[in-house]
Amino acid sequence: MRYALFLGCTIPVRGQHYELSAREVAKAIGLELIDLEGFACCGFPVKSTSAETAMVFAARNIAIAAEKGLDICTLCNACTSVLTEANKELSENKELREKVNDELSKIDKEYKTGVKIRHFARILYEDFGLDKLKKEIKRDFGTLNFSTHYGCHYLRPKELYDGFDDPENPSSLDKLVRVTGANVIDYKNRLQCCGGAILGVEEDISLKMAKEKLDNVTANNVDALVTVCPFCSIMYEDNQRKIESKFNVNYNLPVLYYPQVLGLAIGLDQKQLGFRLNKVKTDKLLEKLEGKK
Amino acid sequence: MIHSKDLDPNFKYEVAKEPGGANIMRCFACGTCTAGCPVRAIDDRYNPRKIIRMVLFGMREQVLKSNFIWLCSTCYTCYDRCPQDVRLSDIMTALKNIAVREGYIHPSFREQARLVATFGRLYEIEDFDNKKRGKMGLPPVKKTFDDVTKIIKDTKLEEIIK
Repeated sequence: MRYALFLGCTIPVRGQHYELSAREVAKAIGLELIDLEGFACCGFPVKSTSAETAMVFAARNIAIAAEKGLDICTLCNACTSVLTEANKELSENKELREKVNDELSKIDKEYKTGVKIRHFARILYEDFGLDKLKKEIKRDFGTLNFSTHYGCHYLRPKELYDGFDDPENPSSLDKLVRVTGANVIDYKNRLQCCGGAILGVEEDISLKMAKEKLDNVTANNVDALVTVCPFCSIMYEDNQRKIESKFNVNYNLPVLYYPQVLGLAIGLDQKQLGFRLNKVKTDKLLEKLEGKK
Repeated sequence: MIHSKDLDPNFKYEVAKEPGGANIMRCFACGTCTAGCPVRAIDDRYNPRKIIRMVLFGMREQVLKSNFIWLCSTCYTCYDRCPQDVRLSDIMTALKNIAVREGYIHPSFREQARLVATFGRLYEIEDFDNKKRGKMGLPPVKKTFDDVTKIIKDTKLEEIIK
């Protein structure tokens, strides 16, 4: 299984632990992730300004993968949805495709149909599969309790994702976590949006949205919240201290990227998986795990 | 008070012509969008059902000049649940895109567009960042993209961020 690795803007700068752990896990289980130098922004950040420009950005990236005959593996939910949406519209609408290709011809690129866009977690779930994944597990996570946060664009709009999961009652990430032997703890309003998309517009609303999630997750005794999107993680992890001081609350809730969890479970070292980059310290969780080694 | 003389009856057609805006006139105001909206749950300035009504009434200025059109968190909950397939998240994008062309861009989005147009990504990558990545065993990332800059020059984005 070979994919072009699409990092997007945020992960290589603010989510290196996500990138490190995804690369290490892929290597360990035999997924080949290939770096293509030309990949730039997916287009999401300019969609509110100009949907047409965002479409050209997305098409340009897909064209670069098509040149190499590779499908795309994303790590960020926003990149996943913008690239998938562009891919769907461009493959179904010839007029739009011609218009976008007119733009791309100026830089000697051409959008072609046939490239698949897949989030890393969906690749693990669908292409690699839970059964094969189960065989890779080397450690017992039975003492650990995790809650999951899918992130909106991982599941919605549902027309983009071929029904691989149910956006009103998703289970794919829970199953991926359970493969490790860990328990998945349900919580109130688990589909709630992180609010990351409006952090720069109205910080107050955005932080209140994240606060509700942190309140609901920590109402139970969980060792960490598991995410698959850098925006969501920034809201729950990078902004956790800010939320604590703004609302006079205390969470101390570790937030892990799924490949960090899987990486530990398949026997990789925490150093390889970037645990020192987690802003909320994970020592307690790791100690708990060591006790059960 | 809303006066009919202040309304623009063509506004809904203008929105319908934008990418993703075509279904706006299907709305029968059931309020499923507002009921499930995570932003509305926190701040009632953002009310998707009301925004659609305002567009259908032709309250062009009030909508385009407003702060509330920038508050959609693009979670697509309303989009997936709407019984009339109005595609509200796309309509919010359409409204923002029209507002931008009318000169009402939110500063946060202006800055995002400027960064993306200049560096081809949301963050400026410095040598320091790539050095740090190298130490972690990660490959360097490209700092600028000439072809992206070239495409941007031909789009309206260039004028917007000036």
